Amino acid sequence: MKYASQSVAKPYFAFAMILFVGQIVFGLILGTQYIIGDFMFPEIPFNVARMVHTNLLIVWLLFGFMGATYFLLPEETQCELHSPLLAKILFWVFAAAGTLTIIGYLAVPYATLAELTGNKYFPTMGREFLEQPTITKIGLALVFIGFLFNVIMTVLKGRKTVVSMVLTTGLIGLAAFWMFAFYNPASLVMDKYFWWWVVHLWVEGVWELILGAILAFILIRTTGVDREVVEKWLYLIIAMALISGILGTGHHFFFIGAPEYWLWIGSIFSAIEPLPFFMMMVFAFSMLKQRRRDHPNKAAVTWAVGCTIMAFLGAGVWGFLHTLAPVNYYTHGTQLTAAHGHLAFYGAYVMIVLAIISYAWPILHGRQANSLQSQRLEIASCWTMSISMLLITLLLTAAGVVQIWLQRIPDDAGALGFMATQDAITVIYWMRLAAGVSFGIGVFMYLASFVVAARTSEPTEPLLAEGAMS
Amino acid sequence: MSERFTKGMARNIYYGGGMFFMLLFIGLTVDTVVAIPERENRDMLTAEVEHGKELWEKNNCVGCHSLLGEGAYFAPELGNVFDRRGMGNEEAFHAYFSAWMKAQPIGVPGRRKMPQFNLTDEEHRALSEFLIWTSRIDTNEWPPNKEG
Repeated sequence: MKYASQSVAKPYFAFAMILFVGQIVFGLILGTQYIIGDFMFPEIPFNVARMVHTNLLIVWLLFGFMGATYFLLPEETQCELHSPLLAKILFWVFAAAGTLTIIGYLAVPYATLAELTGNKYFPTMGREFLEQPTITKIGLALVFIGFLFNVIMTVLKGRKTVVSMVLTTGLIGLAAFWMFAFYNPASLVMDKYFWWWVVHLWVEGVWELILGAILAFILIRTTGVDREVVEKWLYLIIAMALISGILGTGHHFFFIGAPEYWLWIGSIFSAIEPLPFFMMMVFAFSMLKQRRRDHPNKAAVTWAVGCTIMAFLGAGVWGFLHTLAPVNYYTHGTQLTAAHGHLAFYGAYVMIVLAIISYAWPILHGRQANSLQSQRLEIASCWTMSISMLLITLLLTAAGVVQIWLQRIPDDAGALGFMATQDAITVIYWMRLAAGVSFGIGVFMYLASFVVAARTSEPTEPLLAEGAMS
Repeated sequence: MSERFTKGMARNIYYGGGMFFMLLFIGLTVDTVVAIPERENRDMLTAEVEHGKELWEKNNCVGCHSLLGEGAYFAPELGNVFDRRGMGNEEAFHAYFSAWMKAQPIGVPGRRKMPQFNLTDEEHRALSEFLIWTSRIDTNEWPPNKEG
């Protein structure tokens, strides 16, 4: 660790991992409820478990992004963070708000939570992924603003690299588009249209800038390739992400009441969306090929390269699979959507956060990389999680195909009802649950690798050498 | 990448392309916002429909159901439930909807459960008005059939 203020990333990473475990536990509950419909009812109804599952994901990724920013910004700007104290305070504010919200979801019926938090005075609740009470949303906005202030002040006083500039632009976009979470008009169509300004413009827009910046940082550090080369790639990748992704939002406007021209615009531009992910994969492999050093942290490199492959598959291939309007007409809102969502989030965002944690955690603990035993276990956990998620995706895709076949393609007289169709998919849901359990084992192996690292903490190389190489 | 393609050019594509497409997106959004009132029949968006949407949100219906294909995929699509269960008759749908809500949770073991929300008759009516209004939105002919 070159800068003392980098250590504020530690609690962010640690808390992210705790929430990750929670997310997976609730994922397994949901997977079970898909088979045994009344599992845990009425204590934890499906909608509550789902809220916890998706909200935990979003929040732990945000913790991961913030930790990543606090870790890499001092190294990029070559100066200490503007205010480590602010970073620590915001951590506790965010952690408390997140925890209280999850407790609220679990402790009382959702309608009661809406009443307790005064939703009627400023209604923003009850929309997918934006279920948080309005007060939590305001708290989140304040955390974003405080965080951005810290980031921008640091960037202004230090060296301005492309990585830090791209990261900062991404974070500004993240905060800016969050504001649409507060817009909830009486018109359902307007509501849905601008809901996507948060959801799509986050995950298929500004989050890709954050992903690109973190990936570029890790590749610069682990391969020693010249910054100029990396930066040119980074610019091109995120340029393609925005050029395809902004109008690509149109693929969500096909069937929610927006005009017909979105069928064309959405189809054409979202068909280009796999390109930036493909470029990211080529970028990672080409940097590895041109590497000037062999970094001892093989686990971090595995996560980073794996991230580009899985993101290309999940966001690129599985996204393209159902993005053209004539296809989406039949697949919209089926298990195929769930398949894409799982692999895309895992590949693009889960893996990049785990990659930066993998790279940063040993350094934050005074060593360049973890012991070989620990790394072996971590790499095995990467494979276990990735293969399991791929299986979950393939099984949900199969479930989606059956659903489309029975419920969507036939005419009114021949179509099977929703519930009957779900019954027909039960066997596939059992297999999906098994793959979910296997993913959980991967998470357990991942956590165990930290314990092994702490017990076998012989550094593979002294950290002092790091300064000479970067 | 070739030496003639410089970092500066890549940067310009990023800033120029990003700005251009964001502006285009905003322009199209203005056009869409102007077109939506007619497509969703805003003149039929009564206070009761609006109240129905509030109830839809307050009870997190989207946590299990989908509405115009968006939401969770655990329970049936409700954007066209009026066409599926109401057969085009509003009064029949109101009655059906209220009875359905009161019957929850259905006691079949192992079946997916819908909670009992303890809503009043007026609230049932507002929710079903909201669903009737939703079913009339011009969705470019989605869903493909009545099963949603």
